[in-house]
Amino acid sequence: MSGTGIEMHGLDIRPVEGSRPEDQEFEINMGPQHPSTHGVMRFLVRLKGETVESVTPYCGYIHRGIEKMCESLTYPQIVHLTDRMDYLSAHINNEAVCLAVEKALGIEVSDRVKYIRTILDELTRIASHQLWWSAFGMDLGALTTFFYGMRDREKILDIFEETTGGRLIQSYNIPGGLMRDIHPNFQKRTKEFIRYFRPKLKEYHDLLTGNVIFRNRTVGIGVMSKEEAIAFGATGPTGRGSGWSCDVRKRLPYSAYDRVSFNEVLMAEGDSYARYMVRMKEMEESMNIIEQLIENIPEGNYAEKMKAIIKLPEGEYFQHVETARGELVVHIISDGNKNPYRVKFRSPNFSNLSVIDKISRGMKIADLIAISGSLDLVIPDLDR
Amino acid sequence: MTGLVYDFSVITQSIDHYLVSHWGPSLAATIEFVLVGILYLLIYALVGLMLVYAERRICAFIQCRLGPNRVGPQGIFQTIADFIKLLLKENIRIERADKLLFFVAPFIIIVGSFLAFGTIPFAKGLHALDPDIGLFFIMAATSIGVIGILLAGWSSNSKYSLIGAMRSGAQIVSYELSVGLAIVTMVILTGTLQLSEIIEMQRDGWFIFKGHIPAILSFVILLIAGTAETNRGPFDLAEAESELTAGFHTEYSGIKFAFFFLAEYMNMFVLASVATTLFLGGWMPLHLGNFETFNHVMDFIPPLVWFLVKVFTVIYIIMLFKWTYPRLRIDQLLSLEWKYLLPINLFNLILMSVIVLLGLHF
Repeated sequence: MSGTGIEMHGLDIRPVEGSRPEDQEFEINMGPQHPSTHGVMRFLVRLKGETVESVTPYCGYIHRGIEKMCESLTYPQIVHLTDRMDYLSAHINNEAVCLAVEKALGIEVSDRVKYIRTILDELTRIASHQLWWSAFGMDLGALTTFFYGMRDREKILDIFEETTGGRLIQSYNIPGGLMRDIHPNFQKRTKEFIRYFRPKLKEYHDLLTGNVIFRNRTVGIGVMSKEEAIAFGATGPTGRGSGWSCDVRKRLPYSAYDRVSFNEVLMAEGDSYARYMVRMKEMEESMNIIEQLIENIPEGNYAEKMKAIIKLPEGEYFQHVETARGELVVHIISDGNKNPYRVKFRSPNFSNLSVIDKISRGMKIADLIAISGSLDLVIPDLDR
Repeated sequence: MTGLVYDFSVITQSIDHYLVSHWGPSLAATIEFVLVGILYLLIYALVGLMLVYAERRICAFIQCRLGPNRVGPQGIFQTIADFIKLLLKENIRIERADKLLFFVAPFIIIVGSFLAFGTIPFAKGLHALDPDIGLFFIMAATSIGVIGILLAGWSSNSKYSLIGAMRSGAQIVSYELSVGLAIVTMVILTGTLQLSEIIEMQRDGWFIFKGHIPAILSFVILLIAGTAETNRGPFDLAEAESELTAGFHTEYSGIKFAFFFLAEYMNMFVLASVATTLFLGGWMPLHLGNFETFNHVMDFIPPLVWFLVKVFTVIYIIMLFKWTYPRLRIDQLLSLEWKYLLPINLFNLILMSVIVLLGLHF
């Protein structure tokens, strides 16, 4: 071996340029095709042996220019594009645009719509957290979690399919209400699901939460302080795991969130385990919210009468919603036409991703996987 | 010695006599070597495929799935079909890889596990090798495997492979210590390294019952350390697919990949066999005190069946580990070995010596 790393028989593994060979610093491209980036995402990881020196995320592999496309589409059409951002919170994304448009036009939707939207929001949140739990376990090497989570998520997707017609992406919201009324089975099946899922959630805890290896892999790993969470704008369960009270459902209630009582789950530790526990408890809270609403969905119109062509008055309109990953903000600038002048989505994943370099330095490669899993990234939302 | 005895040495010796009387001793020995070699290669591949199938069905069972159930009855031919597919697949040549080492690595791994496989006593008189240093031979043969893993990771010219190889180097070398000490603890009790003798000594009771606490302790340690040594979950850091895609065999394809795959499963089989032989009485039937009828019925079950049942029970436990637990991190893995298993093991060794010296065992 010569002085410049490993050079033997034409092998081509070289240390980072400019570093001392004895430090054994290497750069590894994790992605764009890698089993645990959960999408087309590339981390350029600088390693010192097994220890992570720095992480540089490279995004844009799945950039589709959704914000630019919105400028040439009408408002009801934009709703369908938002499905393709955070596909695991599709219903909540739809709702953000619809709420913004309704606010701009001064339309008050019926209570029925508000209740149904909220119930579906929470079902979406549970489904998303189930998928995250499955994938998080798999990132840590517990392969069985994947099938448990998927098995239970299927029940929610069936409810979605019956009522909205779509399983993953629904486009059930339209400006002014809902596309159609709920299926007669909706209430029955949702209640059935909650009865089914409460014991299953205990099973999740039995399988993973109490496991000593799991504790060792997550407790104290990737610690993010409250100040850092605020500085990076890490919202959602990621921010709440650091003790930052950032739940939009509490701060700026929309739909029927002001009529239900629920706890904002907060953990102070800020490590991967805290983020994990926040999501696990949020699933319970979501079930509580659904239980409060599902019994008494009021009668009323499922959609308000809207004009054939929706034109927003000139001005700027904001809407915050809480997706399963954090705070989604829709910012519409209208010049009075049927198309928006400019649309900006503030996606939670982009801000959540930005902390990864900060919190994974000095950790091991395996920890980097655990951390990126605990941030719960959805790459299409990140690139848009 | 009561009851029925299935002794395969009668059959093997009669074949030997027949061959010697026809061709003379030297040619007969050559023919026997070839015959046994081919037979063992076939059994090796067959058991390996069976284990892959078992693993897929068991993990499906744990994960609320069905698993392979289309090719043949209950899908038993699925792994054979997969194996044929792997045989026919292209061997991808890696640009700028070390050609010789890249080619040799899978063979080293398979030779290591095949050598150890040869010493397994399936039943009385039914093993290819029975050296008087049997346990030592198995330890030596299985440690050849790590060279193959290191070479595979080194020669692939891939950083992921290199990290995988580095991890498994550290891991296997550490855990071999625990496996070795757990075996040594039992050797103090047995007083011999020869596998056939160890089994004979368990005629009146398995060592896990005869050896008091230290035997149970070293059985648990052997299971944990052996799982780590065979690179299986939760210790599968060398091929941690969520971190390193596939670790040291990332760049391998076709039959060479199949070799790694097969060797992993056969190492598990060897480990389970060693555990069975040392602790669970090998092919000895289960006897319960003075229940003559029960013991007599147990004697009727052929020793080969006894052996396989015990081995597969151990394998099932090892598979349960993999499909239940998350993976450890490399530093946690090493601290588990050096800070916990090794001290417990050394203490256990002393405890066993005291028990044997004072004659406290049954």
